[in-house]
Amino acid sequence: MATARTAASGRSDQGRGGNPPGERAQAPAGRRGTIDGLLATKEIVVACGPGGVGKTTTAAAAAVLAAVRHGSKVLVLTVDPAKRLADALGLDGIGNAEHRVPDEAFRAAGLKPRGQLWAAMLDTRESWDALIRRQAPDEQTRDEILANPLYQNISGRFVQSHDYIAMERLYEIHSESDYDLIVVDTPPTRNALDFLDAPERMADFFSSRLLRWLIVPYRSRLVNVATKPFYQVADRILGTEFLADISEFFVLFQSMYDGFVERSESVGRLLSDRRTTFIVISTLEAVPLREAEFFAEQLNARKLHLGAIVLNKVLPDYLRDSDGAAVAESMRERADDLADQMAPNLAALDPVLGDSDQIARVLTEVAGSFLNFQVVALREMEERSMLSVTPDVLATVPFFDTDIYDLAGLVRLGEQIWD
Amino acid sequence: MHALLDHRLVFVTGKGGVGKTTVASAFALFASLRGKRVLICEVDAKGDVADFYEAPATGFNEKEILPGLFAMTMDTEASLREYLKLQLRIPVVGRIGPLAKAFDFVATAAPGVREILTVGKLCYEVRERNYDLVVVDAPASGHIIGQLAAPQAINNLVKVGLIRSQTDWMLEILSDPSQTGLVAVCTPEEMPVNETIELAVRVREETTVEFSAVVVNRVLPELFGRQEEEVFDALTTVGPLAQLNGLVGGDTGPVLDAARLAVTMRRTRSTHLDHLRQSIDEAIPMLYLPYLFTRSHGLRTTRQVAASLGEELGY
Repeated sequence: MATARTAASGRSDQGRGGNPPGERAQAPAGRRGTIDGLLATKEIVVACGPGGVGKTTTAAAAAVLAAVRHGSKVLVLTVDPAKRLADALGLDGIGNAEHRVPDEAFRAAGLKPRGQLWAAMLDTRESWDALIRRQAPDEQTRDEILANPLYQNISGRFVQSHDYIAMERLYEIHSESDYDLIVVDTPPTRNALDFLDAPERMADFFSSRLLRWLIVPYRSRLVNVATKPFYQVADRILGTEFLADISEFFVLFQSMYDGFVERSESVGRLLSDRRTTFIVISTLEAVPLREAEFFAEQLNARKLHLGAIVLNKVLPDYLRDSDGAAVAESMRERADDLADQMAPNLAALDPVLGDSDQIARVLTEVAGSFLNFQVVALREMEERSMLSVTPDVLATVPFFDTDIYDLAGLVRLGEQIWD
Repeated sequence: MHALLDHRLVFVTGKGGVGKTTVASAFALFASLRGKRVLICEVDAKGDVADFYEAPATGFNEKEILPGLFAMTMDTEASLREYLKLQLRIPVVGRIGPLAKAFDFVATAAPGVREILTVGKLCYEVRERNYDLVVVDAPASGHIIGQLAAPQAINNLVKVGLIRSQTDWMLEILSDPSQTGLVAVCTPEEMPVNETIELAVRVREETTVEFSAVVVNRVLPELFGRQEEEVFDALTTVGPLAQLNGLVGGDTGPVLDAARLAVTMRRTRSTHLDHLRQSIDEAIPMLYLPYLFTRSHGLRTTRQVAASLGEELGY
């Protein structure tokens, strides 16, 4: 971890505001090594990890708590919140725009925030359009690109476009607004690393030699010897007309080339800046945990700052209790005997409860259920002890037996991660 | 319900983390145990499928890993090479390097090309009748639509050329509900349920593929009937609890707490299940798989899931 930090701070000389160059951002004394510390000192927290582990909810909880506890202006940028979570953040029907979660909403949840909470959703299509509008050299190019069927396809379907635009939007907001902290949820990707590579890949894409190959004949109708075989194959597979469509699209895009590459590089720099930290979220299920572990290793390898690992939905400690197991086994074995002895007392509460067969069934089920869950709880602990990466912060969040979908719930979850 | 097994091409999708690969692996295993010659193809290329059969890693060339069960991992470049060789008779052996680069570029530039090579390979195996059933461990629900809609999208974008002529027969296979189906896997939790409902709508509106079934994975057992729950509640009151502790000679608190947790979990989840059932067309079957309290995943678990799936399919 030390290496990652040093490398990152070396690059932060161009950073605006914040700490002077060379000086490491640190949590205040007593707060080091907590997520609290990260939220108090970093400007960007990227929540990442495999799908289905509560990434969006965790990101929202961190942002809500940061707003409640610190006097800072916090933005949570979410990708695909559950409807009720979106409602709680007032995101329903808001689209791409950032908006403030009203203080009344906090008051209704019995909270008095010291700071401000803002929320925004990532709309891929809208963000792409905004990017084109910003980067296009003139109105005509802009309109032609926006109307191009290939562009519409790319912005809507091109899988990696989500990853790129999420990071691009983050950069945009970070450089142009005055949030103290931006917590960003990452889109579900095929590969958790896609969004890290997206800026670089986008730059590669636009600086590709092949791009020039495609554009040259369209412009000059001059096909040289080197590119001829490529066109022959491409023509046969795709058809000349489609190839011309592609060319046209790229000629238009070419006009934004410099801007795009520069932008992609800036986005990449922002991610490796020391003001940015990554929180990897997982559950203790084997498959997601392996993916999270791989992700954490990759962050280290890329010298990106792994701030914390958050383990969600962890079963409660009492399930691993060995005395509990002995008690459960005894309850199961002696269910009939126990039921007979307890029947009179239960019947005294209500005659309908005094059926000893029924009591025995309940005792058997209860004991069996404990032993079942113990298998899972022990497996989880084993998985945790085998974790190959050791982040500064390893937070465990217990399983909540109800869904979290309001500000109060998010605070409750946040407190678990926080302290 | 049995119809699912009579399909020739089944895409299995679902939100990340719901057990999509488990279900795809189990379904393929079950079909092979019923005597079918089955190919399971992993499109996400994480190498998980091999783990679920405890088999060595798979590649683009299909390999028989269990009797009658073949596995492969999709690789769009290898698929392109095969396509060029088989369909266009373009000899590219030894020259795939620069071509692959060119391909990579065109595929990025022209959305749908990569997807169509994936879908194309799968449809090809179906058309050639190399297998009775091709099971696809498909991309997560966020990405599957793009893949299934690719032939149509290409059809709309590309007016002439070989790719265009290739999409017609693919569309024919994909659009035939007696041949091709899509299975959505979810768990009884809020987000997976919502995503499944959304997926059902998008499959209907944006693709020509039949939405065949929903598999609900990790369904918790119901511990008590209503009367039994009253007994349980009474057991946790002060008097009976003290008696129980005395009789057992230990603290039964954690054991009873665990049961309380299990009951609450099950209850929260059944609300989501009700929502799911009400929001999905009645004609679409829902198959329920129990939560497995097992130590680890592997062939043993895959067999267990296959057996449960078989029961749910009516075998």
